[in-house]
Amino acid sequence: MITFEGVTKRYPGGTVAVDRLSLRIPSGRTTVFVGPSGCGKTTSLRMINRMIDHTEGTLAIDGTDVREVDPVLLRRGIGYVIQQAGLFPHRTILDNIATVPFLLGWKRGRARGRARELMELVGLTPELAKRYPYQLSGGQQQRVGVARALAADPPVLLMDEPFSAVDPVVRASLQDELIRLQSELHKTIVFVTHDIDEAVKVGDTIAVLRPGGRLAQFDTPEKLLAEPADDFVETFLGYDRGVRRLSFFPARQLRLRTHALVPQTATAAEAGATAARTEEPWLLVLDGERRPRGWLAAARLDPSQDHAPVDPATPVGELPLTSYGHVFQVGQDSLRAALDAAVLSPAGRAVGVHEDGTVAGVVAQTDLGEAIWAVGNEDDGTGPAEGAPDAAR
Amino acid sequence: MNLFAEFWAWIGRPEQWEGPAGIPVRFAEHVGYSALALGISALIGVSLGLLTGHTGRGGFLAASLANVARALPTIGVLFLVVLFTGIGIVPVLAALVALAVPPILVNTYEGVRGVDADLKDAARGMGMRGWTVLWRLEVPVALPLILLGLRTAAIQVVATATIAAYVGIGGLGRYIVDGQARREYDMVVGGSVLVVLLALAVAVLFLLLRRYGVSAGLRRRGSGVA
Repeated sequence: MITFEGVTKRYPGGTVAVDRLSLRIPSGRTTVFVGPSGCGKTTSLRMINRMIDHTEGTLAIDGTDVREVDPVLLRRGIGYVIQQAGLFPHRTILDNIATVPFLLGWKRGRARGRARELMELVGLTPELAKRYPYQLSGGQQQRVGVARALAADPPVLLMDEPFSAVDPVVRASLQDELIRLQSELHKTIVFVTHDIDEAVKVGDTIAVLRPGGRLAQFDTPEKLLAEPADDFVETFLGYDRGVRRLSFFPARQLRLRTHALVPQTATAAEAGATAARTEEPWLLVLDGERRPRGWLAAARLDPSQDHAPVDPATPVGELPLTSYGHVFQVGQDSLRAALDAAVLSPAGRAVGVHEDGTVAGVVAQTDLGEAIWAVGNEDDGTGPAEGAPDAAR
Repeated sequence: MNLFAEFWAWIGRPEQWEGPAGIPVRFAEHVGYSALALGISALIGVSLGLLTGHTGRGGFLAASLANVARALPTIGVLFLVVLFTGIGIVPVLAALVALAVPPILVNTYEGVRGVDADLKDAARGMGMRGWTVLWRLEVPVALPLILLGLRTAAIQVVATATIAAYVGIGGLGRYIVDGQARREYDMVVGGSVLVVLLALAVAVLFLLLRRYGVSAGLRRRGSGVA
């Protein structure tokens, strides 16, 4: 655990970068410092490994005051990842990763062996070992930066805006990778970012800092989005915090309807009958393996409508279908993903699939609306419910 | 009058290759003075450059002094020191060192100071001490510029070491000075060509040093400024 107790950083000119910061960073979890520029988030991070020394208060790692430790030895026990990766241009990738083991006096073979393990861990192919940093893409360099920080297996990892210099697609994959790594490694990660979406995605707890270096709120992402402490936090979170909060609620609580699913071998007449019975305006046509093929508008099957008639004996699989668009995975996706799928669906309905890609069912907008409404009514401080959406009503 | 023919005729005479005034002895004297002067200059220039570049302090002062030294007329320094120490190797070395220190110092300083701040931050953040940052990061990354400064200095020293002849202690400059005095111009040409060849050899040597001394991760970059 890293504890800040009334930690202040006052520069000789009188400028206060961090003002009486008090918080407890739990071990084995990811804690994000987030805030606009000038809020002292990077300063707070750099005080942990004494790249900056605080001027007042106490900062301790597992009960040991950092000021009682030689900064150099302290830093060798803390992984450090910076924005531009900061790889040594004159060293190969392998030797860059082995930097801290070399500093700790490991034998060359052992240090490089460890570096090879880490390359695999962070998803770098072994051919890259002998390359130099300039030969790697930004995303690969950042992976090397993470591997280098993990080389000596430190319990604490400090990450200072590690992914902000890469493009959004690469950034998302690096974030996913970090979440995957953390689920295996359980490091105490302190992560600085100015991007609230990134904070919500990677953080177990989030400290929002306001300009002047003061703590505005320290909470779990769900709590933060549900109950911003004040106007500053609310503004900082952005206007769509409600929608983003849906990421914390599982999609499996949604009611899945299966009565409007038709196999592709069904005839137009049979499909028309199903549409008439269920009063569904859209039918989802499935292939032989129960995977989605596309939407069929019920109106096309109704002979009273004014369009080219459909031969009632035609299998629906041979009719022109509307693309089914996005789907969501019932087992692991969130309400946000389901909502997204519904919004993007031409039929206005979200298709839920199992892990193997077979259709679990369709979520109608009314059911989705009810689930979202239920989430909005759970804000009594208990956090997201795992149960049915009706529970809170 | 063909310069090449004169050079070949001069260098081909057997007596040029024997005795205390022969080419091997003069050549060895020249290389010896140059190497000694360059060694002393490197010691001064590289250490001051590393110190000022690493700490970021005194860099302006060092660069200013280097520029003043650069403006000194070499012959002037030579005779000035002769007045104090008499004829000998000291005035020659003093003049050559004053010539060689500025490019070495300025390039070393710029090379070390120019190492990306992110790299230094990463190095310190991983737990490197100041010395380790200097030897493991700053020197290797600045090496192309340090070598450039040394090369510039070495070529200037080799070309200028001819002044040793003015104070009567030999070197290839003797051929130029004596040849002028005796109006034996083939000797002047012969001495000059040998100095040029030596300078070329120095340039090749530094090319090899750069090829084998600088990390492949840095070599694709430009060679910096002279």
